[in-house]
Amino acid sequence: MTSVTNSTGLSQKPKKAVFYRHSWAVRITHWLNVLCLSFLLMSGLQIFNAHPHLYWGQYGADALPDPAFLSIEAYADGDSMKGVTSVGQLQFTTTGVLGASKVDGELTPRAFPSWLTIPSYQDLATGRRWHFFFAWFFVINGFVYMLYGLVSRHFRRDLLPTRAELTSKHLAGEIADHARLRFPKGEKARNYNSLQKLAYIGVGFILLPLMVLTGLTMSPGFNAIFPWLLDVFGGRQSARTIHFITASLVVVFVIVHVVMVLISGVWNNMRSMITGYYVLKPEAEKEIAK
Amino acid sequence: MSVDLTRRRFLIGSGVAATGILTGCDALVQSPSVNAVLEKGEWLSMKAQRLLLGGQQLAREYTEADLSPVFKANGTQLPETDIYKRLIDTNFTDWRLEVGGMVKTPKSFSMAELKAMPSRTQITRHDCVEGWSAIGKWTGVPLGLVLEQVGLAPGARYAVFHCADDYEQSLDGSGLYYESIDLVDAWHPQTILSYGMNGKDLEIAHGAPLRLRVERQLGYKHAKYLMRIELVDSFRNIGSGKGGFWEDRGYEWYAGI
Repeated sequence: MTSVTNSTGLSQKPKKAVFYRHSWAVRITHWLNVLCLSFLLMSGLQIFNAHPHLYWGQYGADALPDPAFLSIEAYADGDSMKGVTSVGQLQFTTTGVLGASKVDGELTPRAFPSWLTIPSYQDLATGRRWHFFFAWFFVINGFVYMLYGLVSRHFRRDLLPTRAELTSKHLAGEIADHARLRFPKGEKARNYNSLQKLAYIGVGFILLPLMVLTGLTMSPGFNAIFPWLLDVFGGRQSARTIHFITASLVVVFVIVHVVMVLISGVWNNMRSMITGYYVLKPEAEKEIAK
Repeated sequence: MSVDLTRRRFLIGSGVAATGILTGCDALVQSPSVNAVLEKGEWLSMKAQRLLLGGQQLAREYTEADLSPVFKANGTQLPETDIYKRLIDTNFTDWRLEVGGMVKTPKSFSMAELKAMPSRTQITRHDCVEGWSAIGKWTGVPLGLVLEQVGLAPGARYAVFHCADDYEQSLDGSGLYYESIDLVDAWHPQTILSYGMNGKDLEIAHGAPLRLRVERQLGYKHAKYLMRIELVDSFRNIGSGKGGFWEDRGYEWYAGI
């Protein structure tokens, strides 16, 4: 996010300034991350479908009396069936999406629907093979990104919020602007705003590392290598639950991220993440006229 | 021993997705060359774990207070083979564990002989490939002590466990359960041939009279209803050649993850 490549200030009319916003390393690791997270999510839901219950603690199985605090199941309903999602004592009928959904036009018991899983049909072995392959891919890609971000000072320069940005007054102002869908223009758009910085730091340095660590905590082999991970997360079943919750938060981030990309100048955003170049639009005209 | 086979088989047969992108994904899933690439991930997982597990670290052991109130029985819970029915009729008195293959002196062991050997009791967590876990207390003879008695022949690399249950009913025996581990896990101190669970004799649902515990791997490696241990240099000619019942059906041979 540094070099301005075209900013002739000679003409009276405000000129568009094109600048190089995203380095090749950021662009490549970003799109590889999109690929990995998509496959990880869909194969992860396939794995979840093999045992659609979540527990807290060291153990947990669908043998009484282990209490599951989340279950996505199908129940008989007359001649048909209904999908029921239970969270603690609460029960929701979720037929069609969760618990029971259509496969080839026929209502079938499955926690997550076939259009969200890889493969679309129930096949745990294949789901695991895809999940672990893309987990390796994701970790290596993430490692490259981390190394680049530190060495190139990308993190310090572009992601670390300044002290002024972290004041409650500044943050409240940005939240209000976001809520009214008013995005920075002109020179202010040259850097990430502080909500963006906090969101990217939260995902890159908290959520995604948590995904990896809770994933490793589910591995009996890794439990023997790093037993302390079990203590950090409160047991294998707790780690599985945190893995699921963290994945859900990543999905929430991706939805907000994509909506923001769409409404804050989709072509400019997409071009900058593909070619690197971002166009700074001039600020409102009356300001320029002064 | 942890997969609901009937559901899996039914759904594999029925599942072909309707939309274009899904058909695309399923086509990738079923492509042998894609699978060959993805299997590299399994190789990497095993190499990485083995590198870090060089010191034969132990799986976590828990306390009596941590035991699951009900230990879920999974896989075969009552073998229907003739040989096992005879064992039940005679209360397992005629049962013997055969140990052979690439060993110096093949031997068979009665339960009394196994129980007379030094035993190990461990409270460990059993992790099913499906995702659930249960904690149980296991008592048995370390596999290493049994292997010392027969002596390994040069070139032996794997211990194959042949079981009395046919998890998939078949006429030719291809549905008989079997499993294999390499010598790293075979000599591991927590790898035991277990005849006791939670302070009692092993129940039929959990693999009576003898089952394998290989604590750093997933549940399907812990073969139940053991009849014979065969030392081999390769499992290529056993079953479909992948080293186990579930391995022959697509699951990883190394189940540490």
